[in-house]
Amino acid sequence: MSAFLEIRGLSAVLRGTDLRLLRSVDIDVPVGTVRGLVGESGAGKSMIGRAVLGVLPRAVEIVEGEILLDGRDLLAMPPVARRRLIGARTAMIPQDPLTALNPSRRIGRQITDRLVDILGWEPARARSRTLEMLAEVRIPEPERVLRLYPHELSGGMRQRILIASAFVAEPELIVADEPTTALDVTVQKQILGLISELQARHGTALLFVTHDLGVVAKICDSLSVLYAGKVVEDTTVARFFEAPAHPYSAALLAATPRHTDPASSLKPVPPAVMHAVGAEIAAADRSWRPRHG
Amino acid sequence: MARIFALRLLTTLVTLLGVAVIVFVVIRVVPGDPIAMMLPPGATEADIARLRTLYGLDKSIGGQFVIWFGNVLQGDFGSSITARQPVLTLVLGRLPATLELSLLALLMAVLIGGTLGVTGTRLRGTRAEAGIDVANGIGLSVPDFLWGLALIVLFGVVWPLFPISGRVSPRLELPFSTNFYLIESILRLRFDLTRNLLAHMLMPALALALPLAAIISQLLKQSLKETVNLDYAVLARTRGYSERHVILSEALPNAALPTLTLIGVQFTFLMGGTIIIERLFSYEGLGNMAIDAVITRDLPLIQGIVLLFALLFTLVNLVVDMAYVLLNPKLRHA
Repeated sequence: MSAFLEIRGLSAVLRGTDLRLLRSVDIDVPVGTVRGLVGESGAGKSMIGRAVLGVLPRAVEIVEGEILLDGRDLLAMPPVARRRLIGARTAMIPQDPLTALNPSRRIGRQITDRLVDILGWEPARARSRTLEMLAEVRIPEPERVLRLYPHELSGGMRQRILIASAFVAEPELIVADEPTTALDVTVQKQILGLISELQARHGTALLFVTHDLGVVAKICDSLSVLYAGKVVEDTTVARFFEAPAHPYSAALLAATPRHTDPASSLKPVPPAVMHAVGAEIAAADRSWRPRHG
Repeated sequence: MARIFALRLLTTLVTLLGVAVIVFVVIRVVPGDPIAMMLPPGATEADIARLRTLYGLDKSIGGQFVIWFGNVLQGDFGSSITARQPVLTLVLGRLPATLELSLLALLMAVLIGGTLGVTGTRLRGTRAEAGIDVANGIGLSVPDFLWGLALIVLFGVVWPLFPISGRVSPRLELPFSTNFYLIESILRLRFDLTRNLLAHMLMPALALALPLAAIISQLLKQSLKETVNLDYAVLARTRGYSERHVILSEALPNAALPTLTLIGVQFTFLMGGTIIIERLFSYEGLGNMAIDAVITRDLPLIQGIVLLFALLFTLVNLVVDMAYVLLNPKLRHA
């Protein structure tokens, strides 16, 4: 089975500098599977998600590599065609539901507008499909919610709206960028369960960005461990939790706090491991020459 | 909503009372005597005293104020000393000319400033944006009357495209029944007159508009640039929307809020600017009349004009607050 999303040798730098932000990243997300993207803050997890969706900040410049969506290289496409393809076949579940909805527009329009404007649906079909989807994410009184403004809903409800909005047009790939981080713990669990359930039912491929290995264990099939913009380990979830191959992965796993053993203190990644992984990246950088730039 | 409105009305009244007191006292304390302006040289002390008594100027300032304000509350603003006509008639006769000029200037400022702000956001990070910043800097630092002079030299003298004085060509016959010439000419479908009026208004309105346009452009661009990076704008891009759509439909309604408040404040400055600009272009409006009234020490007329300006300013602020509520759903239930 070929992957729906294939990232090949993707490298990015801070625009106008030699500072590398992504280092020849390779990632596959096969149809209908969930790929976790883990690593510490600043490792480049969210950046990869944004690169796939074509919304990198202006300061980030891709210098080489391919992002293949269903076999077509997004980076080689003209901007308008790329935008349309991404809009039609992918979706995003953002991190912070409080800032991801436009405060001055009603919920209903924020979901249906794009179905009509971009995907060319009949307004009536967009509306009925949206109501269906809101019911699927278990929002009570969907008819009423459509007329509300974002500030009239709780954070958890808003995240349900955004999840419904992501799945509403049956995209083949969804990029979820830490979708539970901004929520409180009890809501986190519900939202995670919801995403997992919808993913399985709709057969959507998911690129799941997170720093939480517990989340990975619950929802992902495979995962990529990132350090300083480099994939240091690409493995299945089962193998990762059993025996992580890379020392950094192992240290990361060991650093995860466990509720079963509250007496143990938090373990940082040991300095020796940090040193080793740093040296590994420096060695890779020495042999790296961008094809253009 | 009704409570907020009532509260606003009350503060408006207090503001107006304050303005009335200040104007009344100030123009009586500064040097210059209206009576001396009215009488020929060589008038006797007795003549002066008689005229003082006639206009009530022999009473204390407090006493004068009570009489005047009591009349104002009954809708009587007194009579102009020089024109010998009721102040209210004179002021209301000139008000439409000034309102039309300032509203046209506001419209131009919003169009120019809005276009530059949106364009600057689309071109952010390029040389074109730097060009817009330079233009804004110039617009901000040159005052309206200098723009007026520059426009007169440019389009009145060097390249005479527009008439440089008056509100309308004097030889034209005007069929108007109100003093809202521009609005009436459009309603009566007399577009020949509309053209003539606009030709006269264009330069003074542009002079008033340019500094405000620069402020609008600068602030709007700044808030748009922040808003287009917010999550909901990014999300709209991932849904396939163009940058133009993201700026105009997603970002603009939210980014416009601070600019809108600013426009309200700045519009009152713009109306203040009509005083000099109307003088410069010999435009028959309230501002021009205010300068004449000050020169001739026409105390009742000055008081009437200032009070009217104060009323307009508070009304503008009220309108801005209402617009703010309309644009921001969060305030609707407050």
